[in-house]
Amino acid sequence: MDLIKTIGLEKIYRNDDVETRALDGIDLDIKEGEFVAIMGPSGSGKSTLMQVLGCLDRPTGGKYFFEGKELDTYTDNELAKIRNEKIGFVFQAFNLLPRLSVLENVAMPLMYRGTPEKQRKEKALEMINMVGLSDRVDYHTSRLSGGQKQRVAIARALVNEPKIIFADEPTGNLDSKSGGVVLDFLQKLNNEGHTIVVVTHELYVAQSAKRILHIVDGKLDSDKLVEKRRVIAEEGFLK
Amino acid sequence: MLLTDLLKTAFRGISTHKSRMVLTILGIVIGITSIMAIMSVGKSAEQLILGEIQKLGSNNVFILPGKEPKGPTDAAGSLINDSIKQKDIDDLSKSSNVPGATNIIPYAFGSVASSFESNIYEGMVIGSTEYSQKNFDLKIEEGRYYDQYDVDSKSSVAVIGTEVKKELFGNDDSIGKRIKVNNRPFQVIGVLKKEGAGSFINFNQAVLAPYTSIQQDVLGIKYFQRVTVETKSIEEIPGVIKDIETLLRNNHDISDTEEDDFYIQTQENIANSVKSVTGILTVLLSSVAAISLIVGGVGIMNIMFVSVTERTREIGLRKSLGATNKNILTQFLYEALMLTLSGGIIGVIFGFLLSWGLSWAAQKFADIDFPLVFSIQGLILGVVVSAGIGIVFGIFPAHQASKKSPVEALRDEQ
Repeated sequence: MDLIKTIGLEKIYRNDDVETRALDGIDLDIKEGEFVAIMGPSGSGKSTLMQVLGCLDRPTGGKYFFEGKELDTYTDNELAKIRNEKIGFVFQAFNLLPRLSVLENVAMPLMYRGTPEKQRKEKALEMINMVGLSDRVDYHTSRLSGGQKQRVAIARALVNEPKIIFADEPTGNLDSKSGGVVLDFLQKLNNEGHTIVVVTHELYVAQSAKRILHIVDGKLDSDKLVEKRRVIAEEGFLK
Repeated sequence: MLLTDLLKTAFRGISTHKSRMVLTILGIVIGITSIMAIMSVGKSAEQLILGEIQKLGSNNVFILPGKEPKGPTDAAGSLINDSIKQKDIDDLSKSSNVPGATNIIPYAFGSVASSFESNIYEGMVIGSTEYSQKNFDLKIEEGRYYDQYDVDSKSSVAVIGTEVKKELFGNDDSIGKRIKVNNRPFQVIGVLKKEGAGSFINFNQAVLAPYTSIQQDVLGIKYFQRVTVETKSIEEIPGVIKDIETLLRNNHDISDTEEDDFYIQTQENIANSVKSVTGILTVLLSSVAAISLIVGGVGIMNIMFVSVTERTREIGLRKSLGATNKNILTQFLYEALMLTLSGGIIGVIFGFLLSWGLSWAAQKFADIDFPLVFSIQGLILGVVVSAGIGIVFGIFPAHQASKKSPVEALRDEQ
C-alpha cells in the first residue's frame, strides 16, 4: 500500500481575482521506505506540495490519501494529530524555540501527544544521543551552531517515530560540512527504513535521494529514479 | 496536553519580555489595589462610625426637629427648625406621658466665642441638663460637672474642654475663673478629660453649661436642636416612640403624620443609614477604580495581540509539531490569565499594605482610632475580577492565535 497517494492534486490561491495555480493536478505515490527528492525552481510549487503532503495545508482540488485514507474528511484536530504522530518536519530555518533547551525542543511533539514527563525525557534524550548532541542537552538552542540546530530539528522530527519525514531545504542554511552531516543522517534514517521526502532546488542534494520528482509550474514534470546515487558517508559532501 | 505543560509553556511565554509584562499588568495592579483599599477603608470607616453610634447608647431615643432627612444633602434642613420648645420638654418629662422614659435630656447648642482676658476661643457651646454628663460618658479632669441645682437656678457656670482651657488659660488654673461666653460672664467649675478625636462631637473644643443659662441668654433661641430620651430598656423603645409621637403631635396640632415637624431616631436606624451611606460610597468609589481595570484589561489585550503577531512563527511551528487549535488557544489564554492574576494578587497585597498604612497614619497623625479591617470580599473580588479580565480580554488574541494556519505562520519572515 502506498503511504502517500495523490490524484489530480490542486492548490489554487486567489488574491484579488488573480488566480495562482501553485499545484495544478499532481498524481504521485510514495511508498514506505522511499527517499524522494522534490526538485524545482523557486515558485514551481514544490514547497506548496510539501505543505499539502505534510498536512500543513489543505488542497483546493483533487484527492490526497495518507495511509489509504482520504484527508479531505479530516478535521483540523485530526490533521494536528496526524502531524504529531505520523509526520516529522525538518525546516530550512530550523524553527527551534530559542529560549527552550535542546531537550525541551526535542520533547515538544511528545508534550502535544500527552506523553508523561518521565518517558518524554527518556525518549528525547535517546534522540539527542542519536544525533550526537548529548553534551548539549541543557543548552538553549540559540547557543548552537547551524549544523547542531538542524541535528536538534532532526531529533525532534524523529521523537514521535513518524511514518514519514519531510525536510524542506534542510541544508539551505548550512555550510557544506554541516549540510553533509545532515544529509548523512537522512540517508542513514532511510537505510533504517524511514520514509523521507526532501524538498530542494539543488541537484547535489537531490542526488542523495533514491528518486527525484521535478515540479515545474505546479505540474509534475518528471519522476525518475536516481541512477548514480551519492552516498554521503562514503564520498563526503561536496557542493 | 497536560495542565502542567500548559502552565509551563504559558509562563515561558510571558517571562520572555519581563519589563513589558510588568508595565502591562500595572493597570490591573492599580485597579485592584484601589478597590482593595477602598473596600478596606470603607469597612474600617463603617466600623469606626458604628462604634461611635454604639456609644450613643442602645437605650436612647433621639428627637430631632424638622423633617427626617432623606439623603446626605437634606441634613442641614433639620438644624434650622425650631419646633421643639420648652413646653414639649416639660410635657415629655412628666412620667405619666412617657412612662418608659427615665430621663429627658434637651440640647441647645451653637458656635460662640468665649474669652478670658484677651484670649478668645471660638467653639461649640452646649446647653443641657446634668444628665448629659452620664449620657455622653464625660469624664472630669478637675472641678465638677454642673448639677440639677445649677440647671434649675439658671446658674452661669461652665465646664470646658481641654482645648478651650489651653487656649484661654494656657497652663494656669481655670477653676473659679470668670470667662465670657458671648459676652456674658460664666464661672468655670470644671475641666473635661481629654478625649480622642473621631467622635461626633469634639468635647475637647466645647463649653458645656446648663441649658437654662445658655439657650436664651447666650444663643438667643427658644427651641432645642436635639432631645435625648433615655429609656428603661431596649424593649421599651417602641412604646416610648409611640408616646413621644402622640404627645408632640398633640402639642403641635398635627393630625396628619406627613406633617410631622419632628422625627425620632434610634441607635439602630442611625446605624442602618450609616451602613447604607458607606455602602453607596464604596460602590461609587469602586466603580471609579473599576475603570482602571477596564483600561488595564485593554492594555493586556493590546499586548497579547502584539505578542500573537510577534510569535506567528512559533505558533506555526507548534502547530506543525502537532499542537491543536485548542492547545494554542489555551496557551495564549493562560498567558493572559497569568498576567492579570499576578496583577490581581500584587494588587491585593498592595491594597492591604495601603489600607494598613492609611489606618496607621490615621492613628498616628489624626489621633483617630481607625480600625484595620481586611476585606475578605475585596480579596475574593480582586482575584476573581482579575481572572475574569484575563479571560475576557485574553480570549480574542488567543482565538486569533489559534486560527493561524500553520503554513501562513511558518512562512512569516522574522
